[in-house]
Amino acid sequence: MTNDSLNILEVRNIKIKRAGALLVDIPFLQIERGELLSLIGPNGAGKTTLLLALAGLMKPTTGEISFRGQKIGSDYSIFEYRRNLAMVFQEPLLFNTTVLKNVASGLTIRGMEKKQIRQIVKESLERFGIGHLGERSARTLSGGEAQRTSLARAFAIHPEILFLDEPFAALDPPTREALIEDLQAVLQETHTTTIFATHDRAEALRLSDRIGVMNDGSILQIGAPEEVMNHPMNEFVANFVGVETILRGKVIRRDEGSFVTLVSDHEIEAVGDVKLGESVALCIRPENVTLSTVSRSEALRPQGGASGKGRYDYRVGFPPRLQGGASSRLARETTSARNVFHGRITKITPLGFFQRIQLDCGFLLVAYVTRHSVDELSLGEGKDVNASFKATAIHVVRKREK
Amino acid sequence: MDLILEGIKKAFWLLITFDPEVFSITFLSLQVSGSATLISLFFGISVGTTVALTRFRGRRIAVSLINTGMGLPPVVVGLFVTIFLWRNGPLGFFEMLYTPTAMIIAQTVIATPIVMGITLAAMQQLPIKLRLQILALGATRLQMVWILIKEARLPLLAAVMAGFGGVISEVGASIMVGGNIKGYSRVLTTATVMETSRGNFDVAIALGIILLLFAYLINLILTHVQQRERAR
Repeated sequence: MTNDSLNILEVRNIKIKRAGALLVDIPFLQIERGELLSLIGPNGAGKTTLLLALAGLMKPTTGEISFRGQKIGSDYSIFEYRRNLAMVFQEPLLFNTTVLKNVASGLTIRGMEKKQIRQIVKESLERFGIGHLGERSARTLSGGEAQRTSLARAFAIHPEILFLDEPFAALDPPTREALIEDLQAVLQETHTTTIFATHDRAEALRLSDRIGVMNDGSILQIGAPEEVMNHPMNEFVANFVGVETILRGKVIRRDEGSFVTLVSDHEIEAVGDVKLGESVALCIRPENVTLSTVSRSEALRPQGGASGKGRYDYRVGFPPRLQGGASSRLARETTSARNVFHGRITKITPLGFFQRIQLDCGFLLVAYVTRHSVDELSLGEGKDVNASFKATAIHVVRKREK
Repeated sequence: MDLILEGIKKAFWLLITFDPEVFSITFLSLQVSGSATLISLFFGISVGTTVALTRFRGRRIAVSLINTGMGLPPVVVGLFVTIFLWRNGPLGFFEMLYTPTAMIIAQTVIATPIVMGITLAAMQQLPIKLRLQILALGATRLQMVWILIKEARLPLLAAVMAGFGGVISEVGASIMVGGNIKGYSRVLTTATVMETSRGNFDVAIALGIILLLFAYLINLILTHVQQRERAR
């Protein structure tokens, strides 16, 4: 055993090929005991395939997986390894029998005594709030109840590692919400090492200690949720973790620490160490964009030190005419935000507690605003507003030279 | 009309009085077809499950052969079993032709593809991920197969019934390899054929009623079990 026993699972150079296609390629991955690692990525990213390989249900073409420092397949048989884990799929995959017998199935397979099984099953059912469903046929359960049964069945085994493959994807939002909450509580109590595949970044953020973003069979970035969310290492990750606005442009001026990028005729100030003329992607999280309504006095107030293309177009009068999607960069007199743009609301989408507002500022900008603010500012589609965001709120992704 | 009415009346009389000949014919029918069905279950379920759960070269051909076998004409089966058991045929030294054993062999050949085909379809109908789920629950491969068979128990019951229904009503092979020998290899179908050709419609109708009764019983059991499973 070469590794400290903190790592329950270790992956080295696994590649999974099927029908000539490389589905999964993971050079190295360690999973710490007790952690919850989420694998997020679009459909077809290889999350499920990787999960199946890690769970000993699919043989990697090459490479090795070690469990507690022992190589699976040589030091430790796959069958023995599987007895240490549990898996829950998107479909509950229950057996055509009672809920009780379903939850007991893992223990029955292990040949445990009936009396002992009864006790464990009872606990597991109650943990997931389905103690009253024991005698019911699994076929008569609702989607949420069925998935609870599936989770109870997994936890009844007291697994060392729990694999979850999109377990909430088929549930309606309130059911999902309640189940995630309960699962979270159970995980906090049991400290079960969990690997969770999902395409829902909100679920991942909520539950994870670490997030790995997958695409095309590789883990592009892995780290603490804040790190992945705030410092996506490339555009794909940025896109996937929910940076809604990604603006591409060239650096036209730079100062100490800050620089200006020209994005479709608009100058955007950001912070970072870049080269002049370099192509960059500016990632702006919607929650970092502030909206304010355009007041007549503000619109007519003369501005000093005018220079630069695309600024001060607002002089055409109020409300500013947005010709061909062109917008204007406005004065920042009343805000410390380095970037203030004039734009028109093109779309409002309710997203639960807040609303997603899409703006045309000459470039596409997305802002999240609370419902309260929407009402107060009487925001609506077609309305003109000022959008501001701080230079420091922009995450800069430098195009990697190939 | 008289002929039919007379026939039905006499048929009921034969049934009510437990006519010894009708009774022994019925008993032999059940014995032969029941044994054939049991044997076909063993081969049908094991091969059907194996083909359903594994991937191998020529699998498609195997599946199409099984499906073709489900409609095997009994007379063709009768012909080949007769050839094999013929005195100087490959298995002639057993001297089994014109015995109930020969009938069991022929009926097994007819019922096995039926059971196999339905088993195959039933197992393939189960979600593929169910196998992974069972393995993830810590099952050995053997445990997995057993759990899958239990999961497919309803369609498998249909396989039993279809197999039994197929052979108890079959006449061609039974008459060819059994010979319809009175008190020895005469079963419901072969007796019905013979009595009808002789114009003994009363006996033929009585035998026919018994056959219909079996068909009805099979369906009754099947429906009952299916409905009970649904309602749970």
